[in-house]
Amino acid sequence: MTDNRSLYEQVILDHNKHPRNFHAMDSPSAKIEGYNPLCGDQLTLFLKFDGDTISDISFQGVGCAISKSAASVMTEVLKGKTKEEARVLFDKFHAMITSDTDAPLDEVALGKLRVFGGVREFPVRIKCATLSWHALLSALNGEGEKISTESPGE
Amino acid sequence: VKTEVLHKSINKPHSILDVEHIRRDFPILDQKIHGKPLVYLDNAATSQKPQRVIDAITNYYSGQNANIHRGVHHLSQLATDLYERSRLRIGAFFGASCGKDIIFTRGTTEAVNLVAHSWGRPNLKPGDVVLISHMEHHSNIVPWQMACEATGATLKVIPITDAGELDMDAFDAMLDSRVKMVSVVHVSNALGTVNPVAEFIQKAHAVGAKVLIDGAQSVPHIRVNVRELDCDFYACSAHKIYGPTGIGVLYGKEELLEAMPPYQGGGDMILSVSFEKTTYNNLPHKFEAGTPHIAGGIAFGAAIDYLDAVGIDAVAAHEHALMDYAHARLADVKGLKLIGTAKEKAGAISFVMDTAHPHDIGQILDGEGVAIRAGHHCAQPVMQRYGIPATARISFAMYNTCAEIDTAVEALHRVNKVFG
Repeated sequence: MTDNRSLYEQVILDHNKHPRNFHAMDSPSAKIEGYNPLCGDQLTLFLKFDGDTISDISFQGVGCAISKSAASVMTEVLKGKTKEEARVLFDKFHAMITSDTDAPLDEVALGKLRVFGGVREFPVRIKCATLSWHALLSALNGEGEKISTESPGE
Repeated sequence: VKTEVLHKSINKPHSILDVEHIRRDFPILDQKIHGKPLVYLDNAATSQKPQRVIDAITNYYSGQNANIHRGVHHLSQLATDLYERSRLRIGAFFGASCGKDIIFTRGTTEAVNLVAHSWGRPNLKPGDVVLISHMEHHSNIVPWQMACEATGATLKVIPITDAGELDMDAFDAMLDSRVKMVSVVHVSNALGTVNPVAEFIQKAHAVGAKVLIDGAQSVPHIRVNVRELDCDFYACSAHKIYGPTGIGVLYGKEELLEAMPPYQGGGDMILSVSFEKTTYNNLPHKFEAGTPHIAGGIAFGAAIDYLDAVGIDAVAAHEHALMDYAHARLADVKGLKLIGTAKEKAGAISFVMDTAHPHDIGQILDGEGVAIRAGHHCAQPVMQRYGIPATARISFAMYNTCAEIDTAVEALHRVNKVFG
């Protein structure tokens, strides 16, 4: 494990302090809750679809700097993307977060999301970073219900 | 939450203990984490182990290992003697009367489950009430929920005040002849509150209820005498008292234990077995099915020897001074709020900060070599009571120093710098 500075990038600290799209949404197309019982991180994700496009996205909730900033950056990146593009970004983000710490980052494909590359070095924080993304995936799959990072009985 | 400690001097108190000498007994403390000296302030999760305890385990496996209670050979007799002497040693430390009333368990959790099962199932019925408190660890909630579900008894919860003390007026109002069991924590792991358990026991007995005390967090910090308390059951874990994990004890009044059916069936807990009838073994073996954690039991005794040699009263005084000093220093940290401001606290200080989530606090402190706990501390109802997802917690042991608290407080200032 390395220095905390590789975890708390300036972009992460900024989004934690000033989260973007941090509000409820009137008549969303999808609303889904994400909950990480181990940390107590809890967020509600709101999505509005225009055909196949994510025309608006926002979130609310409480959580650590990693979960909050990950949700904030995610909403910024996804606004205007198609559902398919969102799925591709989920896969890229998930692959990055769970990759070996010495694996090179696909900086071009990841864009802004690469600031979370440092999370790889802190395994207990991976669930914080992926909470909002798992909520997104459930929403894209049409599962309008509460999702959890822990399966019941796990 | 500003208490009177604010007005006290923040001079470092002179410790009653020779802490530098004590620290040399704990080999793990002499190391660097991320290039910084380890400051271990997560003792409520588990304490570190002195060389004497480590040696007891090593010596057992390298020179004494054999199964107990069944061998005619020398090593089996030796292991049995060491294990049973350890039981007497532990019992004596807690003021128990004899070995029969000390049951070895895997820890506090198994001890509570044992009582909830073997005392709860036969003794509880619909209409009966089990009282627990709002500040219980999950391990003193869930076993009673299960016992109540199985028997039709009702589980009721004694509320706590904003300061994190048990609401004694509410407790008085809840006590009547329907209450059959009061199971409460001695020292809260999430709040640090020391509960007036003697008063609880006296009042519960007045209505005919039995009392179990969860002593997981109290025994490292407070002198406990189960017979003076007159509790019916007392549960604790070795690993919070400088001993190994995977072993603990349940003290129970002999007449209650005699009347209770076994918890688990198997070897060692029987006198004779045939397919028609099994005769259970005598106390304490009736409750100890299977080959136990022999090395753990012996090392638990070594931990008690160590604690006794230092002196539990001196440890308590030292930790009390650390607690006062920490409260005073924490009052200087901007945006820090204590969770749990009971008049009497021991072992642990829980807090939240305006700028950062407890996990981020824990992460920054780890970067400075400071180990603390961040989370719900297996006490989610306490978190719900205060409307927070988690707290950060620093907790003390005999080897901690005021200089270590200074390091932790400096790191908390750094948290504000990073996230503020």
